[in-house]
Amino acid sequence: MSGPDGPGPGTTPARPRAVRRRSVGAAVVGVLGELLVTLGVLLGLFVVWQLWWTDVVAGQRQAELVSSMDWVRSEAQPAPTPAPSAEPTGPRDPTDPPPVIDEPAFATTFASLQVPRWGPDYLQMISQGTTRREILDVLGLGHYEGTAMPGQVGNFAVAGHRTTYGKPLNRVEELQVGDALVVQTPETWYVYTVSSTEVVTPRDVQVIAPVPGQPGAVPTGAVMTLTTCHPMYSARERFIVHADLKYWMPVADGTPAELTGGA
Amino acid sequence: MYAWLWRALPGPRWLRLLLLLALAVAVVAACFTWVFPAIAPYMPFNDITVDE
Repeated sequence: MSGPDGPGPGTTPARPRAVRRRSVGAAVVGVLGELLVTLGVLLGLFVVWQLWWTDVVAGQRQAELVSSMDWVRSEAQPAPTPAPSAEPTGPRDPTDPPPVIDEPAFATTFASLQVPRWGPDYLQMISQGTTRREILDVLGLGHYEGTAMPGQVGNFAVAGHRTTYGKPLNRVEELQVGDALVVQTPETWYVYTVSSTEVVTPRDVQVIAPVPGQPGAVPTGAVMTLTTCHPMYSARERFIVHADLKYWMPVADGTPAELTGGA
Repeated sequence: MYAWLWRALPGPRWLRLLLLLALAVAVVAACFTWVFPAIAPYMPFNDITVDE
């Protein structure tokens, strides 16, 4: 079909150049059109990358991160049977001060988050820092530097993507008051329960103040705050979840009832 | 542009198609690996933290 047009066998295909006489203007418009079509295809590819590929990559990374932390207890990595002991076991009241770990170095993964409302398979790691490139796009949930650590009096504030990059907080709007947010560090479980949700502007930093909404106030209780984008696929506002520490317990004492379906 | 590319590629029709396909895959791979991650931070969505 597009073979040589030579007259007979043996001749080298002397391709007659299809010289089309086109004005310079038409040629420029033609190239411009092809460039614009190419740009459109590339923009479409960008959407595919953003909405789909970042989830694929972040999901793999998160799975590797979880399995590299051998202290994480979940359905997939259940706890060894707790050794019977004479010590008081089980849930401890939050008035009994929980052990609190020091703030780790930037980008260190130090805790996990499980949320029964989001299904038994939901497990995401929390790392130190809230920059996009180093933490939120690659490691998942990020802990606001300088805010309280899990269990500490003050506000344990955590940010996460709601869409793209593994979307750890995708179903944030399904949370209801009373739902459990279960945080685990290597030694301790901290069970928070959702107390309120709100939508604020990106500048409303008082939501991560030690006493949410009251910057400068001295905290008396341990609370937790999640921040993510709102509405979905937009950065116009922020969706905020506040939670109060309900109780804590040593990891060695077993698994919180919230995760075993007993609550 | 693409007409020129088609003429510049060597070989019979099937080879040219194969080469075009390989080129397209290479372009997509380069975009996914380097270009899109580089421009994503400048996109006006996906910010999730509160700050001033």
